[in-house]
Amino acid sequence: MDYAANLMLSLPEVILGIGAVILMMFSAWGGPGATRAVSWASVAVLFGAGVALTGPAGHGGDAYLGLYHADAFAAFAKVLIYIATAVAIIMAPGFFQRTAGDNLRPEYPVLMLLSATGMGLMVSAGDLLTLYVGLELQSLAAYVLASFMRRDQRSAEAGLKYFVLGALASGILLYGVSLVYGFTGTTLFRGIADAYAIDAANPVKSLGMVFGLVFVFAGLAFKISAVPFHMWTPDVYEGAPTPVTAFFASAPKVAAIGLAVRVAVEAMGPALGEWRQIVIFAALASIILGAVAAIGQTNIKRLLAYSSINNVGFALVGLAAGTPEGVAGVMTYMAIYVAMTLGSFLVVLQMRDADGQPVESIASLSGMSRTRPALAAAMAIFMFSLAGIPPLFGFYAKFAVFSAAVQAGLFPLAAIGIAASTIGAYYYLRIVKTMYFDDPAPAFVKGEEGALQGGLIALAAVAVSPLGYLAIPALGAWSMAAAQALF
Amino acid sequence: MIGLIHYLVVSAILFTLGCAGIFLNRKNLIVILMAIELILLSVNINLVAFSSFLGDLVGQVFSMFVLTVAAGEAAIGLAILVIYYRGRGTIATDDVNRMKG
Repeated sequence: MDYAANLMLSLPEVILGIGAVILMMFSAWGGPGATRAVSWASVAVLFGAGVALTGPAGHGGDAYLGLYHADAFAAFAKVLIYIATAVAIIMAPGFFQRTAGDNLRPEYPVLMLLSATGMGLMVSAGDLLTLYVGLELQSLAAYVLASFMRRDQRSAEAGLKYFVLGALASGILLYGVSLVYGFTGTTLFRGIADAYAIDAANPVKSLGMVFGLVFVFAGLAFKISAVPFHMWTPDVYEGAPTPVTAFFASAPKVAAIGLAVRVAVEAMGPALGEWRQIVIFAALASIILGAVAAIGQTNIKRLLAYSSINNVGFALVGLAAGTPEGVAGVMTYMAIYVAMTLGSFLVVLQMRDADGQPVESIASLSGMSRTRPALAAAMAIFMFSLAGIPPLFGFYAKFAVFSAAVQAGLFPLAAIGIAASTIGAYYYLRIVKTMYFDDPAPAFVKGEEGALQGGLIALAAVAVSPLGYLAIPALGAWSMAAAQALF
Repeated sequence: MIGLIHYLVVSAILFTLGCAGIFLNRKNLIVILMAIELILLSVNINLVAFSSFLGDLVGQVFSMFVLTVAAGEAAIGLAILVIYYRGRGTIATDDVNRMKG
């Protein structure tokens, strides 16, 4: 295959990378005045990358001698990533304008684009080297984004914590990568899978390969913030600026889950018995800790951080099944999760006092059904959906992963997971109760960009409302096609 | 005769030291940056040792990528450390506690 054909297969990353570099030049010369133009140009670049997925980049197969896969799985994850990134770019300018004197600099959308490039590489990775480079490109941009409000001490602290623990996670992952390379003799996912299948009987090699597997999964668990490697999540989500938190909770999560699924199924598929134990433990621990630790929280962003830990646990239930149905369930779950979580964070973004400063306490939501009825209704839909209460679309997400786990014979996992999800329902319902039955707190002030964000909130609310069930045939077929690409 | 196993043991010791340096360190954040570098370099020893043992160049290419990324990572880490210091006036590990819960 010639080089041009390879470039065509990786067209989304080419578009994003070149777009980011050009916009970087614009922002360097344009200064803070260029923010709005660069933001919309970034959204256009993301849209262009999405359009490129309809071509050979969406289903063309291997590129660069197997280092990069342009398959349906990658295309599915990339669509979610680009949508989440675009929303995180659109919601940012108003927030930064209102928070004291820190006008949004145009580097913000550029960093988002670079991060999206890295995430695209992660979900398309066919080799440990692609995996590492993609992961670092995404992470390095994310560290900067977390500390983007330079004058805010909490933002700087969030960036610092994210950096230290993220770098540790990369180090652990990399150590695992070096062991896997040494004991399998290759870095290509397909070759690794062959080695796991052939060398399982060789005691020395299989021991080394299992060690490598454990380190790789520990590193990946850090990136998806699964228990026991979740401790950075609440602090980073609380301290980072709200649009950045919304971004962290959506796009990198999809990318890291996609990467974990690809490594588990494509590279380490023959070692299912080994990694399934890890995934089951991480899934149950995340579901239970995410539900229990969220109960005492008073800060809405911290609460949503625990909610994201909880949701990652549910997604891992599908992965533990290790079947095409399970992987399709994971992708369905992530699609619905992105809609729910972006909607919740868009509502959080509307929480601001008379001076336009952001408010983050759950108590300030009191009585919102009387002061901002439409916003309260949307938040109630997101909370019911996150809790997985039947008429809403979040129920279908949980149904998809649990039915895959039951089909794979993992009855205890499914039973404990469902039982723990009812604990989680408590704190989601507490927010609904605060909004609908408590005495009104001072009303939140509407911003000037209310129409655009209101439209996005309405869109997300419709997507997770019972109307979402109309999308099940399409979503099911699409996620199944994505899952089949890995097996 | 020094064989593969010796390199792996050295690398494992360095990796453990790096991890311990992050978690046991009670002094300041620069030490954490050094510990992270130690982890990445221990990985490089692993990669180069395996590469030489297997007679396969991929490991050495990989270690070049790791070195490059480690440089970028250190630059970003120091930049974040600088803005943190500007706001707080300290880089002691025990003072990184604005958020809890």
